Amino acid sequence: MKNVWTVATNTFREAVRDRVLYNLVFFALLMMGAAILVGQISIGIEESVIVSLGLTAISVIGLFIAVFIGVGLVSKEMDKRTLYALLAKPVERWEFLLGKFCGLVMTLTVNTAAMAVGLYLALWTVKHTLEKSDGWILVAVYLILLKLALIVALALLFSCFTTPFLAILFTAGIYVAGVFAGDLRTMQAVDLSPATMNLLKGISYLLPNFENFNVMGAVAHGRAVPGALVRQATLYAVVYGAVVLAAASAIFSRRNLK
Amino acid sequence: MRVDTGEVFGFLGPNGAGKTTTIKLLVRLIFPDGGSARILGKSIDDVAMHQEIGYLPEQPYFYDYLTAAELLDYFARFHRLTPTDRKMRVENMLKKVGLETAKKIQLRKYSKGMLQRVGLAQAILHDPQVVILDEPMSGLDPLGRREVRDIILELKKEGRTVLFSTHILSDAEMLCDRVGVLVGGKLRGVGTPEEMVGIKTQGMEILFEVAEGKNPPLLAKATRTGERYRVQMPEEELYGAIEQLRAAGARILSVAQIKPTLEDFFMNLVEADRAQANAVEVSGK
Repeated sequence: MKNVWTVATNTFREAVRDRVLYNLVFFALLMMGAAILVGQISIGIEESVIVSLGLTAISVIGLFIAVFIGVGLVSKEMDKRTLYALLAKPVERWEFLLGKFCGLVMTLTVNTAAMAVGLYLALWTVKHTLEKSDGWILVAVYLILLKLALIVALALLFSCFTTPFLAILFTAGIYVAGVFAGDLRTMQAVDLSPATMNLLKGISYLLPNFENFNVMGAVAHGRAVPGALVRQATLYAVVYGAVVLAAASAIFSRRNLK
Repeated sequence: MRVDTGEVFGFLGPNGAGKTTTIKLLVRLIFPDGGSARILGKSIDDVAMHQEIGYLPEQPYFYDYLTAAELLDYFARFHRLTPTDRKMRVENMLKKVGLETAKKIQLRKYSKGMLQRVGLAQAILHDPQVVILDEPMSGLDPLGRREVRDIILELKKEGRTVLFSTHILSDAEMLCDRVGVLVGGKLRGVGTPEEMVGIKTQGMEILFEVAEGKNPPLLAKATRTGERYRVQMPEEELYGAIEQLRAAGARILSVAQIKPTLEDFFMNLVEADRAQANAVEVSGK
């Protein structure tokens, strides 16, 4: 695991030096603006609006980083041939891949944590106090992070066998489909044959169900998030992520670097 | 093909001959359809064996957000080195490749030659037993080439095995114990540079000066460069020519054997290969 850690810390350093964390400035401006405006236009629901806006921004910004940088993790190294010298060292290809994954997840964790702090600051600006129920925001942020980690794994998988452009399209496509995976499972369409319905249902179970990680509505209204849901979402992300990374590893391990 | 322990082996061939492909196979950047290769008696798929290998890719490019010192430290972490040892080796290696003063500059600001030096440094940083260099002289100025040659000779002195590809034949002649010539993806010959070119003399060459007004008959066959004349002849005509020059009061500067060079051997192979390819094309096979 030492090799994985070495690659991960270097990936994190790359993200920092490539100014990935500059998005925090945008987030800070958004939260400051929201804190000022919300107090004037939304009487009584300031907290809910700030939390919804903050969590959505954390999710969307994270999504952009996960997809665009996630796809570039391996493809950029192949394009620039920076991994040639590295892979000739005593490093397994799966170690390199896992290290890249962990490095970006580390970056996303720091980024998301910083944005969560920003969200709490905006909330405090509006309410001038923080309550115990505001702690659920951290749970929502944690679940967003799990979702982002899963997206990084998918971006890595696609970048292992296709062009960066297609990998971005595939990852974004799977994300959108995954958001509606739950709807696909419960869909009742009268004009579709039972076979088609079964096929759609089967596909919906193969897709990552990103709704598992969405507790924004509940948290914005100060409602508690059940512990079982958090545990289930964590297990789901770990298992699904491990399968995706194993597939990426299997493909990358036999890929010729021309 | 076999490269023996402690020898410097040159891998020669024109562009597209398959030198880089072969090297990439050895360091498992690409995978063979068939056949096998072993380094230090172990399969190339044995990742642990890569502790003992150093590799310089062709036209290396590294993480441009790192400094040379950071890059070397990063690569050193994949080897069994203590932090103190790592730090010391990085410092020494930067000194060895002449980048000590540029060690804190990000690699995005490095010239091609400087990147080549960093590449060489990362390849030998961990004292590997086997060093594989893909076109190590490429992109270097004469001074840089000299330094790389010195490093290769130093590695040889330390008993390390060096395999390097090049199309600069003078480098191969100067450095290699043996060379392998690859043309059109096929190994066309392996041996010492002398064995490859043969020891048979192709003739003799005399370099001489002659006083104004003296016209030995040999002058008609000679090539003039400034005040000097150069003439080539079969070995059996040498003494007659010397007599003729002495009689004319010429000053003989040197008498040398004309030997085929590695370049001649190389060019013959390449031309034969092209001729064969053309013949196949003409006959429609």
